[in-house]
Amino acid sequence: MAEYLLLIHGDESKFSDTDPKAMEAMMEGHNKFAENNGGALRGGNALAPSSTATSVRENGSGGYAITDGPFAETKEALGGYYVVEAADLDEAIAIAKQIPMPFGGIEVRPIRNV
Amino acid sequence: MLAATVRVAGDIDLAEECVQDAYARALATWPVSGIPTKPGAWLTTVARRRAIDHLRQRNVRDRVLQGLYVVESEDGVETNITAMSDDRLRLIFTCCHPALSSEAQIALTLRLLCGLTTSEVARMFLVPESTMAARITRAKKKIVAARVPYRVPSSDELPERIDAVLTVVHLLFTTGHTAPGGSELVRRDLVERSLVLARMLRSLLPDSPDVAGLLALILLADARSRTRVATDGSLALLSDQDRSQWDAAEIAEGLSLVREALQRRPPGRFALMAAIAAVHAEAPSWSATDWRELVGLYELLVRIWPSPVVALNRAVAIGLAEGPAAGLVALDELTTEPQLASYRYLAAARADFLSRLNRLDEARDAYEVAIALTDNAVEHEFLALRLAAIVS
Repeated sequence: MAEYLLLIHGDESKFSDTDPKAMEAMMEGHNKFAENNGGALRGGNALAPSSTATSVRENGSGGYAITDGPFAETKEALGGYYVVEAADLDEAIAIAKQIPMPFGGIEVRPIRNV
Repeated sequence: MLAATVRVAGDIDLAEECVQDAYARALATWPVSGIPTKPGAWLTTVARRRAIDHLRQRNVRDRVLQGLYVVESEDGVETNITAMSDDRLRLIFTCCHPALSSEAQIALTLRLLCGLTTSEVARMFLVPESTMAARITRAKKKIVAARVPYRVPSSDELPERIDAVLTVVHLLFTTGHTAPGGSELVRRDLVERSLVLARMLRSLLPDSPDVAGLLALILLADARSRTRVATDGSLALLSDQDRSQWDAAEIAEGLSLVREALQRRPPGRFALMAAIAAVHAEAPSWSATDWRELVGLYELLVRIWPSPVVALNRAVAIGLAEGPAAGLVALDELTTEPQLASYRYLAAARADFLSRLNRLDEARDAYEVAIALTDNAVEHEFLALRLAAIVS
């Protein structure tokens, strides 16, 4: 078995426009996902919007540069994640397909477990 | 043999190494002990034993990282055809896994299923060997790190995954059928590899209508290949080809496969493309071609595969069924398609209909656009001749 990080990317502008009903439906979707995949799920959560992100980099002269915003500005921002255990990539993809993704998609990354 | 070894090794690099070891051992021992009755089976057994030895030697951490697949018990000489076919089928699905880039899928398929060397694969795709080696290494690393499985997909995934495999083989064929660059129109090496792979798939998945469709498509298109280039090396269009020179055996085999592929409703992408090729193959001449049937087939195809290139072919068929004016209207609807803006065949088709309508100035402009867009020397020459005919 291996672990995979499932990164949920989505267009936040569409997300914030969403009415409460659609929000509720999405939460419902995540609850259902968790129920159906309880055996594989090792963790996961939703993130606050990327407008709340802060990036830290070494500034090259011994100090740090702290900047407002996510590490990479993209239309589709990281909005949440799950950690799952799966036998192989196909199994991980099959789990990823069940995550609600109305405004984006899922990136499946193997965890190296060093 | 490689496929059978990968199943044990669970790692393509290790499997390749073991296969080479097996050959080396054959060279050392066969001259003394004589060639075994089943040399292939002998080599496979040796390679697989090497793989098992290697795996035993690896430390625990390595095994966690690399030992992706269950090491099977040593089952001796593998003479069972079914088992070998199963291995090959697994390997195809690994090589053509959608998690790999399409370039990597083709490269791995040629390298591991057709047994080409990295430098041969590089030459086929006109890239430096180091580029191809890096591409293959990266793909193999991903297979290990992400655990791309080495098995035939489950039945609910199968249609999608077969399509990915067929797409690779089809792309290999189209790249060979009309080489995107270079001095020759047809690259026989690529065409033949695609035919070998399509036949392999057919024997592995005899009940798949999509596989039947792809094999039919390749056979029917390849049957005409001899007549596509005139003796002086210039391009001969379908309308000018000597149909008596078409390969009758390939056509007969292709037609029977098309009938089989079309039995599933609704027909798939490859079945429809093969049906289109079949209409041409059965037509006694260009003028006696059933263009209305072709328009209908292209309409079905564009519905399940809304690609601008299919839409272009549909427009051309309309022009041939209903006359150049109708064809031009259909083509002009496509000029706003961003994917077609730099597609040489759109400009060439417009040029042809315009010249038939005697709108020569516009036809000349269109030919000039088409010439600027093609990198294939044979096609370039053909378009230049057409342009010269209008100008004079």
